[in-house]
Amino acid sequence: MSYLEYAVQRVPTGAAKVLHVNWALVLLLSAVAGVGFLMLYSIAGGQLAPWADPQIKRFALGLAMMFVVAFVPIWFWRNVAGLAYGLSLLLLVFVEFFGSVGMGAQRWIDLGIIRLQPSELSKITLVMVLAAYYDWLDIRKTSRPVWVVIALLLILLPTALVLRQPDLGTALLLLAGGGAVMFLAGVSWIYFAVVIGAGVGVVTAVMVSRGTDWQLLQNYQYRRIDAFLDPSIDPLGAGYHISQSKIALGSGGWSGRGFMQGTQSRLNFLPEKHTDFIFTTLAEEFGFLGGASLLLLYALILIFCIVAAMKMKSRFSQLVTLGVAANFFLFFAVNMAMVMGLAPVVGVPLPLVSYGGSAMLVLMIGFGLVQSAHIHRPRGRA
Amino acid sequence: MKPPRRDTEESARKISRRALILGGVQAMAMGALLFRMRQMQVEQADQFRLLADENRINIRLIPPIRGLIHDRQGQVIAGNEQNYRVVIVREDAGDVEKVLRRLALLIDLSEEDVARALRDTMRNRPFVPVTVAERLPWNAVAKVAANAPALPGVTPEMGLSRHYPLGPEFAHVVGYVGPVSEADLAALEAPEPVLQIPGFQIGKIGVERHLEGVLRGAAGSRRIEVNAVGRVMRELDRQEGTPGRNVQLTVDHRLQSYVMARLEGESASAIVMDVDSGDLLAIASAPSFDPNLFVRGISVPDYRALTENEFRPLADKSAQGLYPPGSTFKMVVALAALEAGIVTPDERIFCPGHMDVSGRRFHCWRRGGHGRVNMVSAISESCDVYFYEIAQRLGIEGINDMSARLGLGQRHDLPLSAIAAGLNPTREWKQTRRGEPWLVGDTINAAIGQGFVLSSPLQLAVMTARLASGRAVAPRLVRAIDGQEMPGAADAPPLGLDQRWLNLVRRGMDEVSNHQRGTAYSTRIVEASHRMAGKTGTSQVFSITAEERAAGVRSQEDLPWNRRNHALFVGFAPADAPRLAVSVVVEHGGGGSSAAAPVARDIILQALHEGTPPLSAYPAPQRNRIETMQRELIERIERSTQGSRGRA
Repeated sequence: MSYLEYAVQRVPTGAAKVLHVNWALVLLLSAVAGVGFLMLYSIAGGQLAPWADPQIKRFALGLAMMFVVAFVPIWFWRNVAGLAYGLSLLLLVFVEFFGSVGMGAQRWIDLGIIRLQPSELSKITLVMVLAAYYDWLDIRKTSRPVWVVIALLLILLPTALVLRQPDLGTALLLLAGGGAVMFLAGVSWIYFAVVIGAGVGVVTAVMVSRGTDWQLLQNYQYRRIDAFLDPSIDPLGAGYHISQSKIALGSGGWSGRGFMQGTQSRLNFLPEKHTDFIFTTLAEEFGFLGGASLLLLYALILIFCIVAAMKMKSRFSQLVTLGVAANFFLFFAVNMAMVMGLAPVVGVPLPLVSYGGSAMLVLMIGFGLVQSAHIHRPRGRA
Repeated sequence: MKPPRRDTEESARKISRRALILGGVQAMAMGALLFRMRQMQVEQADQFRLLADENRINIRLIPPIRGLIHDRQGQVIAGNEQNYRVVIVREDAGDVEKVLRRLALLIDLSEEDVARALRDTMRNRPFVPVTVAERLPWNAVAKVAANAPALPGVTPEMGLSRHYPLGPEFAHVVGYVGPVSEADLAALEAPEPVLQIPGFQIGKIGVERHLEGVLRGAAGSRRIEVNAVGRVMRELDRQEGTPGRNVQLTVDHRLQSYVMARLEGESASAIVMDVDSGDLLAIASAPSFDPNLFVRGISVPDYRALTENEFRPLADKSAQGLYPPGSTFKMVVALAALEAGIVTPDERIFCPGHMDVSGRRFHCWRRGGHGRVNMVSAISESCDVYFYEIAQRLGIEGINDMSARLGLGQRHDLPLSAIAAGLNPTREWKQTRRGEPWLVGDTINAAIGQGFVLSSPLQLAVMTARLASGRAVAPRLVRAIDGQEMPGAADAPPLGLDQRWLNLVRRGMDEVSNHQRGTAYSTRIVEASHRMAGKTGTSQVFSITAEERAAGVRSQEDLPWNRRNHALFVGFAPADAPRLAVSVVVEHGGGGSSAAAPVARDIILQALHEGTPPLSAYPAPQRNRIETMQRELIERIERSTQGSRGRA
């Protein structure tokens, strides 16, 4: 859909845009972030410092960025998608050489105010470039091998760079997120069946390669897998995170131990309790009801995105909206599965709740794109 | 080109369809998460609640008790002593610096200690206890305990720490332990959790390092109950770990003490080895250092003093030090020549004091020459020209072959750090390392243990033991582990040398000490039952330059210390039924017969008598001087053992 066609139809301009913002979505995002503030406040023992306060400021910054992105017409974002993608690749290469090392992996560039993680940024730029690609591509060519391979390369390039860091969790999310956009764009089922089959093969290869010369993962990653499969083998070592996390979660019961009453978090049995494992604190203090409520909030965000996408007319808008939603889903689903002992510990934060800058800002930019697509969708003349 | 509008609508419909499918999958996944949550939080809640309560019961590792190291008499060389220390946990302390300042008012803490503790707490994760001070007296610990409310996060702890009661005597052999470093952890595939106990120490060098696996043992664990703020309430049960195994070495601490005292004031090394079993009774490198300093964490000035000392106290000269063996190498050349049949025992070679080979003049140490010498007199008088001649006939290959059979140029398998391999130079070696072809002059230099040949005192001791026993004796340092005897060299295979040639070389060595013209005649042992056979060696570090000779520098004493010759002596005793071999190297000592032979004689007599030898063992004119020296040495030994015990 070209600018001319937009001009024929009615697209809000100027201050009118404010009225067309999807305010319900804004409200939902704020509610989720609010849950995060509450938990960070609780974990710090009833204090804003050291986590809740900076987190609130970051979310405010995130909201501001979301609105900036939202008020820029969506076709602008489509036109710069390739540029954004290229830039994020450059940043990934840059951290490979100059990035800081944290948790044994190269991950961030220190910008002073925030630590920029290019791997997070690439999640959004990947969605943008794929959406732009399928917007440009003749729909009848979607499932032709050549065009599928190009899309795959677009996904694999940043994935490979992230894997080198080595950040297995983000690499898998990039792969899954990119795959979701391809699926939405209508790539034939057959490809997905093949990939899933190959995935099973890779997992087998990874496990078989262990201890041989061509071992595919780092030793610490194997230990995490071992600990995931049976946390009891090493309750004080590699299995510690999972065991403690499950205990905290399970002991929450139906309605939880009450705000700021979680013994596991209080007594520091929980590791990384303000970042990746923050959900366990929520589940311990507010129980099943609290956990289910957060899940409901997340589900509503997804539903709002899907409904919004259905009303859009441009392929780019639809794919970006659904792609952002799919990434968002992957974030929280993998994180929750991890803390419940259903997935290995791979270092994925709980979106908008976990303490941390890059992931939150990037997500808010993503939702900015969703809003932009929503605001700038053409409407029939009333 | 633009696709027609119908396509666009169809594509939108397709995306919507796929979006719904994906949404469905997502819904299912969320359903699974919800189900799992319900399962854990509703159905299994009681079970997890129980576990959560049990979580207040903490499991802590108990470091294993490190195995002791004894000498052959059972004297403890490396032991463990009670050690009170104070640790701090960052997240319990809150303002770490304030708490440390308060602590410094109670116990003796230097500004440096505070800074280090502060740095360590920041470097570690917040819940890791960091040691603030160690080896505190009991009253300091009591003060800390009494002021606990004002010192959040600070706890006194008791543990064992390594102690070396003999101080510097065995520093190079036994080595020392120290805190686990990042480098240590990185070197391990899967570090045991016990290594992460704060203050846990592992062997850094020497036996402590090389027998780490034997000495360490396995960690135990204890279950303790902590209250809601994490303070330890009581211990519920305790599972002791497996203590490390005790190691008994072949060394004799009394002999070692004597050797160390005898070498005092020199930069030297001495080794005493049993020629039958290969047991190393003493391995000394002087000067030494106090390993206890390293266990505590050596201070910068102390460390600088050790590294800047010209005598290099940190280096283990006995196994790591390499020296041109000088004339002590002549037995190798002699045996090789006899084996090859290129010289007969009776052949006499004329020594005019020098030999000219391809336009270069090689001097004998005796400028006037030895006249006509045969094999035995060439060894006893250490005639260089004789050996230049037979080495030329033999070639470097024959020399190297015998050198290797006698244990030179190879690393002997001992639990010591950085054992030097030495060098038996070959043609290929010189070509690849120096890019120059092998010259006849190189063979001639090798004939008298100069030039490229390098050996360690340990290798020279092994060589002497092999010459004395005729068997391929290997050195042994570990006698037993947990009372179980380690295999020794008691049945070492014969060297496969002709007994006639061995006897001839031994006779030459006997005459070195016991023939009037022998180079070590003045340091003979007159006691018939303990007669010593040996060989002196003087290896050049720098040759005296023409200018220096012109300026009148004639004797070694006129040269600065670090340009004097190394003094060497190897020997065995009793000469006719050898029991012990000895090797002595005195760095820049001047001459083998004047600086090394007397030391070797005193050491071997001390070893054979297992104590102070009678004066009747020495030649009559020397007895007064020896008596004074013996008295001084006994005092020196007493002083040093008291000194190190006093520090304990």
